Amino acid sequence: MPELALQVERYTAAIAIGGVTIRVNTTDSNFMELLQKRYSGFVSAESAAEFEFDVELVESTFAEPHSEVSVRHHSGRWFMQRADFRAEWNPTTRTATIQQNANPYSMDAVLRIVHTLVLAKQGGFLLHSASAIRNGKAFLFAGVSGAGKTTISRLAPADATLLTDEISYVRRVGDGYVAFGTPFTGELAKLGENTLAPITALYLLAKGQENRIERVSVSDAGRELLANVLFFAEDPELVHLVFQTACEFVNRVPVYRLTFVPDARVWEMIA
Amino acid sequence: MNKKLYVARSPRIAARKLGEEMMVMSAQGSTLFTLNPTATILWQAADGATPLDEIVERGICSEFEVKPEDALRDAEALARDLAKHGILLISEEPLAPKSPVQEQPRP
Repeated sequence: MPELALQVERYTAAIAIGGVTIRVNTTDSNFMELLQKRYSGFVSAESAAEFEFDVELVESTFAEPHSEVSVRHHSGRWFMQRADFRAEWNPTTRTATIQQNANPYSMDAVLRIVHTLVLAKQGGFLLHSASAIRNGKAFLFAGVSGAGKTTISRLAPADATLLTDEISYVRRVGDGYVAFGTPFTGELAKLGENTLAPITALYLLAKGQENRIERVSVSDAGRELLANVLFFAEDPELVHLVFQTACEFVNRVPVYRLTFVPDARVWEMIA
Repeated sequence: MNKKLYVARSPRIAARKLGEEMMVMSAQGSTLFTLNPTATILWQAADGATPLDEIVERGICSEFEVKPEDALRDAEALARDLAKHGILLISEEPLAPKSPVQEQPRP
């Protein structure tokens, strides 16, 4: 009797963020459709990818609801877990398996974590900040929730290209740093443009009664930058790399405090 | 007789001077600390081989107008506090071999 072979359809999307392409594979066409929509503008048709991630959709809960994400390094592999997903990434084989609920935000979290780990080794980081390009120069606007990232993004003039209103992608290139667009959105819920430019300045946001820009000392800049860097792993080697990168960044990129009244005039000072 | 104390920088710490301030970051919870000038002297001299009283005499008493016994008592308290945060390691035995004294070039 001939063996019965079950052909399982496999759907694929190559998600390219910050020049790093991750191919995501799933057997669920509806989930693939969600991903295509979620990462629209960052999904590339190219066949070459640095990493291969296989997603299995499950309905399980992996941790207490609202628990913090856990990222552990063990036997050369990274283990990530939150209530809505569990993932195992092997940087050597460049493959990952992800078990998650059928929502693209779980994938978002896995991608953010993997990118922070990849970037840490490349002299870069993800930063809790909005970013935009104007006149070929990238500007970062960092701050905690409520500091004005969404507001300054919303006020951006037509000649500014928004890279993100929530999480900036920063990588060392030559003697400077470059910002890339990301699909990681905040309140604005608008994907950034998939482009890049050299970083000219980092602004630490504060809402106030007038528009004012003041240079921040390198030590204050380092402290505030580190407070806004996204990093999840309690790994001494990577913490060391991220710390040194942040110190290097504030030694090379001017950092200012930008106090602003929430109207479009603030952009007259940014060019 | 008081036992000698030895202090060493924790290997789980990243440190760098930014401007005039020494920043250290602990891998545990990615916690950032800014060291005051006394703690910076202690941190920089904490080679695991030099006893704390020597560090205090050379680095702190020479820098600040303070009695050696007061400076040592404060430095011990500071070292224990830094150890509590995982920044320094403390022991009553040397934590590292003494670096060889560099020979002066002969004229």
